[in-house]
Amino acid sequence: MKSAVVLLPGLNRDRDMIAALTKISGKAPVTVWQTDTDIPDVDLIVIPGGFSYGDYLRCGAIAARMPVLKAVAEKAAKGVQVIGVCNGFQILVEAGLLPGALMRNTSLKFVCREVKLQVTNANTAFTRGYTQNQIIRCPVAHHDGNYFADTDTLSRLEGEGQVVFRYAEGTNPNGSLNDIAGIVSKDGNVLGMMPHPENLIEAAHGGSDGRALFESALGLKTAA
Amino acid sequence: MTIQNDVPITAELIKAHGLKPDEYQRILDLVGREPTFTELGIFSAMWNEHCSYKSSKKWLKTLPTRGERVIQGPGENAGVVDIGDGDCVVFKMESHNHPSYIEPYQGAATGVGGILRDVFTMGARPVAAMNALRFGAPDHPKTRHLVSGVVSGVGGYGNSFGVPTVGGEVNFDPRYNGNILVNAFAAGLAKTDAIFLSEAKGVGLPVVYLGAKTGRDGVGGATMASAEFDDKIEEKRPTVQVGDPFTEKCLLEACLELMASGAVIAIQDMGAAGLTCSAVEMGAKGDLGIELDLDRVPVREERMSAYEMMLSESQERMLMVLKPEKEEEAEAIFRKWGLDFAIVGKTTDDLRFRILHQGQEVANLPIKDLGDQAPEYDRPWTEPTPRAPLAKDDIPQADVADALLKLLGGPDLSSRRWVWEQYDTMIQGNSLQRPGGDGGVVRVEGHDTKALAFSSDVTPRYCEADPFEGGKQAVAECWRNLTATGALPLAATDNLNFGNPERPEIMGQLVKAIQGIGEACRALDFPIVSGNVSLYNETNGQGILPTPTIGGVGLIDDWAKMARSGFAAEGEMILLVGAPDWWGTHLAQSIYMRDLHGRTDGPPPPVDLAHERKVGDYVRKLIRSGVATAVHDVSDGGLGVALAEMAMASGIGATVNQLNNGDPIPQFFGEDQGRYLVTLNIDPQGEDFNAMLAEQKQLGIFAPWIGSTGGTALKLGEARAIAVADLKAAHEGWFPAFMAGELAS
Repeated sequence: MKSAVVLLPGLNRDRDMIAALTKISGKAPVTVWQTDTDIPDVDLIVIPGGFSYGDYLRCGAIAARMPVLKAVAEKAAKGVQVIGVCNGFQILVEAGLLPGALMRNTSLKFVCREVKLQVTNANTAFTRGYTQNQIIRCPVAHHDGNYFADTDTLSRLEGEGQVVFRYAEGTNPNGSLNDIAGIVSKDGNVLGMMPHPENLIEAAHGGSDGRALFESALGLKTAA
Repeated sequence: MTIQNDVPITAELIKAHGLKPDEYQRILDLVGREPTFTELGIFSAMWNEHCSYKSSKKWLKTLPTRGERVIQGPGENAGVVDIGDGDCVVFKMESHNHPSYIEPYQGAATGVGGILRDVFTMGARPVAAMNALRFGAPDHPKTRHLVSGVVSGVGGYGNSFGVPTVGGEVNFDPRYNGNILVNAFAAGLAKTDAIFLSEAKGVGLPVVYLGAKTGRDGVGGATMASAEFDDKIEEKRPTVQVGDPFTEKCLLEACLELMASGAVIAIQDMGAAGLTCSAVEMGAKGDLGIELDLDRVPVREERMSAYEMMLSESQERMLMVLKPEKEEEAEAIFRKWGLDFAIVGKTTDDLRFRILHQGQEVANLPIKDLGDQAPEYDRPWTEPTPRAPLAKDDIPQADVADALLKLLGGPDLSSRRWVWEQYDTMIQGNSLQRPGGDGGVVRVEGHDTKALAFSSDVTPRYCEADPFEGGKQAVAECWRNLTATGALPLAATDNLNFGNPERPEIMGQLVKAIQGIGEACRALDFPIVSGNVSLYNETNGQGILPTPTIGGVGLIDDWAKMARSGFAAEGEMILLVGAPDWWGTHLAQSIYMRDLHGRTDGPPPPVDLAHERKVGDYVRKLIRSGVATAVHDVSDGGLGVALAEMAMASGIGATVNQLNNGDPIPQFFGEDQGRYLVTLNIDPQGEDFNAMLAEQKQLGIFAPWIGSTGGTALKLGEARAIAVADLKAAHEGWFPAFMAGELAS
């Protein structure tokens, strides 16, 4: 399967993401630039983390209005899988591809540490390589990861199984409602998550719990 | 209306520029006339302590700067060291002390930005950062504000730029109450055949301005950084620059792209004294003149004078000499990243530094003299008074377990998690060891087994008690920390922070510390390849503790074999490698004496450099042979604290003996140098262990078996056992409680 990584000025985990996709799939993803209006035919589009446009407005707000995001939305509407990690998640939310908002961490501080995640829906294209309710390790590194949604949206997300990752064992680092760490769109083909699975895929990272996510999305792993 | 460039030169104006009367006379002699206002500003920028090293140059020249692997020593933006396979590591440490005290967030942020720029200016992609921070007493009313601002500034810039922070130091001492220290380190990777330097080549070539626009921020910053503080310090806030990590990240990508295109002849970042220093540096190094037309400089404020533009320290700017045929390609790269690109001048063959503004020549100076003819002082200095050793029976007592808990839960030895969790320590996906161990370790991208180790060290209280031994110890501890990961220490950068060098006793500290650093670097084959001097760190006549920070880099051939500091398994023997006969003996200047008994008398522990090297080389060999399962250097707090740190890192406890009929206090809390704790996966009855003992004997290394790992508590000699969980609670508790204002002051 082919993948693409969206590049925007200020993103800084693009190289991490490209390395992870290359190591797992055996081939380098194509890259698309902020002004591109057309994305090549791929099965997976990833928006990596960082500080697009410095996050000088609301995190992800400027990126969401760039031409390439329109192209991402078009692909998503056609069922192409999209993953947004960290700033990528914030961008997907700002672009309206995922519901809710990501507010400043309740600590008001940037936080970088390892947390535990529970896979609360292992029946998505992104999580089928895990078992239901499996607890995995995953790093986080963000200032604005505090997930919020209104009550109706929240109960819909919970009811439809759209919450796929939840901070587990008391490790919620940011105050997210219902310990939400990652959600999928209604159609299940768009995933947004604050933690960084791309930083836990090999021995050098001290573990590879993040690997199954990419293997699932790339069709390399269809069951745990 | 024209902008005023013709301000009359008065004695007061000269003084306000930090120029002494004899220095001004030197200017008159060089120029042959009264300088213009802009010229006076240029001289003040070039001749202040920060840029000219006029008090320290004589002594810095004595440091060893060469080595087999050194590609570039001091004098460029950063040092460059060969790591094999066509790769090299580019690194430097630099202070941003004064700005960080005045405006902690921006001061620290732009300190990080400046050092990153130094590294990528040379063509290297930054792969690791560290920062050494010294604050005043925890109960000083400004300390929490400064800690909070500096830490979020360091994080705010580094996290957004995208470099992992892999190590550093945080200390507290009342002597930093009015003058904190923020020393930022950065390292990058480059190809040895693609290093970029600042030396301009070729006449009539375009001088290009790149990056962010010029504003009035930081005008006169370098001059401010070369003066002492007094109570009117708040008035200096406008001299602190404002950082923009987003622009810097774009500048990094654009510069690396441009360098790969082959368009760059010379490049220099605009740091202290911005346009002035960068242009003079490029011209003077290449034996060329430079002509700048300020009307072409991209500005973000209106009606800026030539003086302001030449002295602005606006961040995220570069100056470059470009191949003219590549101009279009170069401009396209910068436009793509949304950055300014402007041809602002040219190289000339007349060795003059000419500045044009609004059609007028506002400066015309001999370019080489600006740097070469800067005053150089052989300042008078006095030999520090040696301190008498403590009497043999002067061993203030305390319960060993209580003392250990108090030290671990105190300001200097408690966990810095509160600090480093605000830094992105994992970005780039190559961090093999993050803060909290002996050194940070980062894998070399594109290579299967190689990694680099980093450590930043100095013990200011030792330097205060004996600057020479303190200088030696800073180098030795850095070398030791790198060795404890299994790395071969390659080279170091020094960041020398001292008080007012015009006072002979302060100058004496500087001289002796540099001598100590030099001696240790020579003995350990650990050359100094870059550095920075920060003097006048005084407020109202009170100098800081002498603080020569050493940032070191080491090379690990195979990271699968590197050592970590946490106990690896139960039932392993613990050796104290490099111990003196009594395991630990030297209590003077220990944290135990200072924090439990309020005593700061006596000399620091001496460093025996021959012993240091012998022991370190041996420990590295143990690590590389695979027999060592955990390694940790013994430093602040002594053996007891080092053992506790190893236990806390993994959760595994240990039982450790003590010498019969001995006093446990110096054994567990003495700070003798050159010691490592090593755990072994070896059969104590087997032949391998006997062979090891024979080798130790032959080398003359004392490595007593002091105990074994196991259980969930740490038991030191006859003292009560402490659960590792209790150690952790004490260790992790102090910093968050302090920052929450929950500690009684």
